[in-house]
Amino acid sequence: MASTKHTLRTPLSRVRGLGSARSGTSHFWHQRLTAVANVPLALAFIAIVVCATGSGYEEALALVRSPLVAILLLLFILSAAYHMRLGMQVIIEDYVHSGAKVAAVIANTFFAVLVAAAAVFAVLKITFGGM
Amino acid sequence: MAEANVPGTRPEDIRPLSPHLQIYRWTWTMAMSVAHRITGAALYVGSLLLVIWLLALASGPEAFETAQWFFGSFLGRLILFGYTWALLHHMLGGIRHFIWDVGLGFDAASRHTLARLTLIASAALTLLVWVIGYAVS
Ligand code: HEM
Ligand code: HEM
Repeated sequence: MASTKHTLRTPLSRVRGLGSARSGTSHFWHQRLTAVANVPLALAFIAIVVCATGSGYEEALALVRSPLVAILLLLFILSAAYHMRLGMQVIIEDYVHSGAKVAAVIANTFFAVLVAAAAVFAVLKITFGGM
Repeated sequence: MAEANVPGTRPEDIRPLSPHLQIYRWTWTMAMSVAHRITGAALYVGSLLLVIWLLALASGPEAFETAQWFFGSFLGRLILFGYTWALLHHMLGGIRHFIWDVGLGFDAASRHTLARLTLIASAALTLLVWVIGYAVS
């Protein structure tokens, strides 16, 4: 990289895209973005689970399929799945240094996508599946 | 015993060179940093609980009854209690990170207070949620 003294380039333009995986800043930013979204969504999720405690099958169906609950659940699932994938990748990069690292990062993505797909499918089936 | 030896360092600020856990004396901020990572990893696995519950509900009455039976059992409740604490503690730890992200709370007193508050508030909130849960069910 050229000397930093005589340049009109902003510092941001020099670091952008140059993280450890050439995407460090965007990884960090997405972690924060989903973390901020997770605060209200997790609180809503806890409230929904509290409402669902001890409920029977029909009550639980009615709860999950009501529009506000279904939308909040879907948003929580998507935001949390993306957030946990980013977070676990950091943990893997911190502790796994062997050839297993790439496999672990791939498995991590598969797990997060599987969790999101299964949960989204279930909410959509409950809502639109004519159950 | 290798210590970082920078001239002019106050005695209380002298740190061991080794970052290893058995050598570095535990502090509140360290403990809460580790707790943030452990709860994050626990929530990662715990996301399966939500998947199981939703899939059971989507599969029909029998599967749902089985899931409700499990989550209502002593073990199920214990797991859900732990999940509630992990989620609330991790959330408060995240809010602590947001405070640092905007450049606040870096002095020793604030770090210490924030770290202790995360634990106290997460314990209190978890109990509150469960008291409400038992009251409404
Ligand atoms: C409830 C709101 C949540 C907030 C405010 C939040 C906040 C955060 C923040 C700020 C970080 C980055 C910490 C750092 O940079 O060192 C993080 C890491 C992480 N989060 Fe969350 N999070 C939330 C929910 C969740 C959920 C629901 C999951 C899992 C399903 C999760 C899993 C993780 C994992 C695995 C990490 C990586 C931990 C590490 O690197 O030490 N988080 N969280
Ligand atoms: C956000 C929380 C954490 C941070 C920032 C962190 C940071 C670090 C750093 C910088 C090192 C030294 C680097 C190295 O030796 O490779 C280290 C080592 C270590 N960490 Fe963590 N750590 C965290 C969470 C954890 C957790 C949750 C555990 C246990 C489950 C853990 C267990 C260890 C162990 C056993 C070592 C020593 C590794 C060795 O002997 O080489 N850490 N950690």
